[in-house]
Amino acid sequence: MKTTLSFAVALLGSVAAHAQDKPELIVYTYDSFVSDWGPGPGVEAAFEENCGCDLKLIAVGDGAGILSRLKLEGGRTDADVVLGLDTNLTADAAASGLIAPHGITGAFDMPIAWDDPNFLPYDWGYFAFVYDETKVADVPSSFEELITSDLEIVIQDPRSSTPGLGLLMWVEAAYGADAARIWEGLSPKIATVTKGWDEAYGMFLEGEVDMVLSYTTSPSYHIIAEEDLSKKAAAFDEGHYMQVEVAGMVEGSDQPELAKSFLEFMISDGFQSIIPTTNWMYPVVQPEGGLPDAFAKPVADDKALLIPANEASGIRDAALAEWIRVLSK
Amino acid sequence: MLACLALLVFGSLIAVISRADWPIALGPGDWAAVRFTLLQSVISALLSVVLAIPVARALSRRQFFGRGFLMVALGAPFILPVIVAVFGLLAIWGRSGLFSDVLGLVGLGRVDIYGFPGVVLAHVFFNLPLATRLILQGWVSIPAEHFRLSAQLGFSAWDEFRCLEIPMLRQVIPGALVLVFILCMTSFATVLALGGGPKATSVELAIYAALRFDFDLGRAAVLALVQVILSGGAAILLLSAGRPVDLGQGLGGARRVWRQGGRGIDSFVICTAALFLLMPMGAIVLRGVGGLVGILDVRLMEALWMSLQITALSTLLAVGGAIGIASLAARSSRGWLIEVTSTMVLVVSPFVLGTGLFIIINPWLDPFAMALPVTAVVNAALSLPFCVRVLVPALQQVERNYGRLGTSLGLSGWDRTRLMLWPALRRPLGFATGLSAALSMGDLGVIALFAPVDGATLPLLMYRLMGAYQMDAAAGVALVLVAVSFGLFAAFDRGGQLGRHL
Repeated sequence: MKTTLSFAVALLGSVAAHAQDKPELIVYTYDSFVSDWGPGPGVEAAFEENCGCDLKLIAVGDGAGILSRLKLEGGRTDADVVLGLDTNLTADAAASGLIAPHGITGAFDMPIAWDDPNFLPYDWGYFAFVYDETKVADVPSSFEELITSDLEIVIQDPRSSTPGLGLLMWVEAAYGADAARIWEGLSPKIATVTKGWDEAYGMFLEGEVDMVLSYTTSPSYHIIAEEDLSKKAAAFDEGHYMQVEVAGMVEGSDQPELAKSFLEFMISDGFQSIIPTTNWMYPVVQPEGGLPDAFAKPVADDKALLIPANEASGIRDAALAEWIRVLSK
Repeated sequence: MLACLALLVFGSLIAVISRADWPIALGPGDWAAVRFTLLQSVISALLSVVLAIPVARALSRRQFFGRGFLMVALGAPFILPVIVAVFGLLAIWGRSGLFSDVLGLVGLGRVDIYGFPGVVLAHVFFNLPLATRLILQGWVSIPAEHFRLSAQLGFSAWDEFRCLEIPMLRQVIPGALVLVFILCMTSFATVLALGGGPKATSVELAIYAALRFDFDLGRAAVLALVQVILSGGAAILLLSAGRPVDLGQGLGGARRVWRQGGRGIDSFVICTAALFLLMPMGAIVLRGVGGLVGILDVRLMEALWMSLQITALSTLLAVGGAIGIASLAARSSRGWLIEVTSTMVLVVSPFVLGTGLFIIINPWLDPFAMALPVTAVVNAALSLPFCVRVLVPALQQVERNYGRLGTSLGLSGWDRTRLMLWPALRRPLGFATGLSAALSMGDLGVIALFAPVDGATLPLLMYRLMGAYQMDAAAGVALVLVAVSFGLFAAFDRGGQLGRHL
C-alpha cells in the first residue's frame, strides 16, 4: 500500500508542478478544439506571441459539458473564458449569471445579425445531410423528398450530441407545428440514432447508411485533406439550420483585461484564418487570403435558419418530447 | 476497503443530491427508460449466461490445437472500447456487413439488426466470453476424480450432469448473471448505436441527459439510485440463492474425458462460439492495420505511457483490494452480502460517480491536478467486482479443501500463503489481474468526465482522431489499444497458469 501511495503522490506531483511566472489565461473549451488536429495548437501559439501570457486551453468534454462544468464550479471556477457554446446554450449560460458582458463590437460575415452582449461568435456552419455522390443518384432537395426517397440515414441523439440537437431545431424552425409530421415521415428512414457525431459519421464512411447528419463543411474536409471529391452535402429547399459557436468572459475572472484581449484576438485574422481547415467551420470574419474553394457555400444566405437564443431553450424541451414520442412508435 | 467503496458510491450520490434543485421529479420518459433497460438487461444476461454453459462445458472437456489461444481470445470482446466493438459488429452484422453480403449472394435481403436484436446481440458479444470464463472456472473446480468415478459407475451423460455439474452451476451461475446483468444495465453508447431510435433507450442516457442537457443534478442522482436499487435487488436475489456448494476435493490433476461421444456437439459449440466472437475481432484488426501507418508517432507513445501509468496504479489497487475483500467474503457466512456491496460500484453510473467526486474534491483540491489519481482509483473500483467474483470461489475452495490440513500443520502467515493459497490462487489471480489491467486500459469514461488532462490516454486519442474526421487513424489507435490491452490480459492470464502441473 505504501508503494502505491508514493506512486500516486509522484504522479500527482508530476502533474501539478508547473512554474508560474507569466499571467495565466484559462479557457474552457471542447475536446476537439484542443486536439492536435483542431485549432487549439495554432491559436495558442498565435495568441502567446503577443500577450506575454500563458494561454491554457482546457478541454472539458463537449459544448454542453463546458456549461455544466461551469455551473458545477459556480463562482469558484478558474476559467477566464469559455469557448465553444452555441446558441442553444447561450441563453441558459447568460441566465446562470456566470458570464460577463464582453463590450466588444464587431462586424461579422454571417447570414444573420449578431447583437448578444454576453457572447461573441468565432465560427459557424450549416447542418446538412452528407452523402457520397458515387452511391446516391437521386439526391433529395428537401425533407419531403427525403421522406419519399428510399435512402437510409443516421442521425444523432439531441440529448447527447450537438448536430442531433441541431436537426431537432432545424425541423422545428422549418416546419413549426408541422414538425411531428416530418418526424413521422423520417422515422422509417432512420437506421439508427447514435450518441455522438463520431459514431454516426463513421457508420456513413463504412457504407452502413446512405446519408449522415453533419455539416455543409464536411465535404470541404474530404476535398482539402483527402482530395476526395465524392462527398457532398444535400441542399434543402426549406433552408438550413445554423450552428453559431461562441465564446464569453467568465464573471469574476481574475484576468478580465487578458480575457477581453483574447476575445478581440478571436475575431481577428490571426484566429479566424486558423478556423476553416482545423475546425472545419466557416469563420465569422473573412480571412485575409480568402476562403479555400472547397468552402464555397452550397446554401444561399436567405436560406439560413436559426431560432434566436432566447427562444431556443423554451422550444427545445417540447420539441424533444415530441421527437421521443414520434420516434418511439 | 469495503468502507472505502461504500464511501465512494454513496458519497458521490449524496454529493450530487446535495447540489440538486428541489423538488426532484422523474418524467414518463425516465420510467420508459427504466422499463426498457430492465427488459434488455434481463434478456441479455440470460442469453449470455445460458449460451455460455455449453461453451464452457465443451471447453472444459476438450483439448485441441489453439485452445490456449482461444481461451485468451475469449477475454478480448469484453475489454474492447464500446465504439470499437460496435464497428467490429457492424462489419459482420451491419447492413453492409459480411453477413448481409453473404445473404445477398444467395439472393436474400440484408439483415437489419438495429433495434432490440442489435442491442442484445452486442451485449451477448461483450458478455458471453466473460460468462464463459466464469463458468469454466466452475467446471475446473470439479475434481477430475469425480468424473472418473462417475464413468466407473456407468453414469449416463444426464446422470453426470445432474450429480456433478448442476450443483456446480447452481453455485457459479448466479454470480455470472449478476455481473452481466449489471454490465447491461449501465450500457449506454451500445444501446444508442444499435438501438435504432429513442425507443431503445437506457437509464444511463437519461442520467447523461439530466447532467449534461438539463443540468438537473437531482434527477440524475435519483435515476442513479433507481439503478442501484434494481441492480442491488437482482444481486441480492441471485447471490443469496447461489449458496456455496461443497464440490469435494481432488488431487488437482488434469481432467480427462472418460465418456465417448458428444465430440461432434462440442466441436460445433466451440466453432460457433469462436466464429461469433472472433469474426468481429478480425474485422477490427483488418480495419486498424491500414490506419497504423500514419499514427506511429510521439503522440501515440505519450498516450500509451499515460494509459500505462493509470493502468499500473489502478490494477495494483484493484487486485490488492479484491484479495482483501475476497478473503473476507470467503471466510464469512454472509459472504454473498459482502460481494453484493462490492458490486454496487459498478451500478452507480460513472457519470454520477465522476460528477459526485468532482463536487467533493473541487472545494479542496484542483480537480485537474487530481485527474490521474482519481481516474486510477475509479478504474480500480470499477474492475474490483470482477476480481472479487473470480477470486471468491477459488478462495472458498482452497480453504475448504486444505484449510484444516494447513492449520493442523501449523501453517500460518507467509508459509500459509506461499504453500497453500498461492498454488490454488495464482490462476484466478492471473485472470483477475489481466482483466483489471485490460479494463483500465480501455476505459475512457471517468477521465473525460472528471477532468481531462493535457495529454491524452489511448482511448481519448482515439476519440479525438474520430472527432477530427480521421477515422482510419482512429481505427489504427483502436488496434494499438486492443493489442496492448489484450497483451496485458494475456500476459497475466497465461502467467497465472505457468507450470501449474502439480
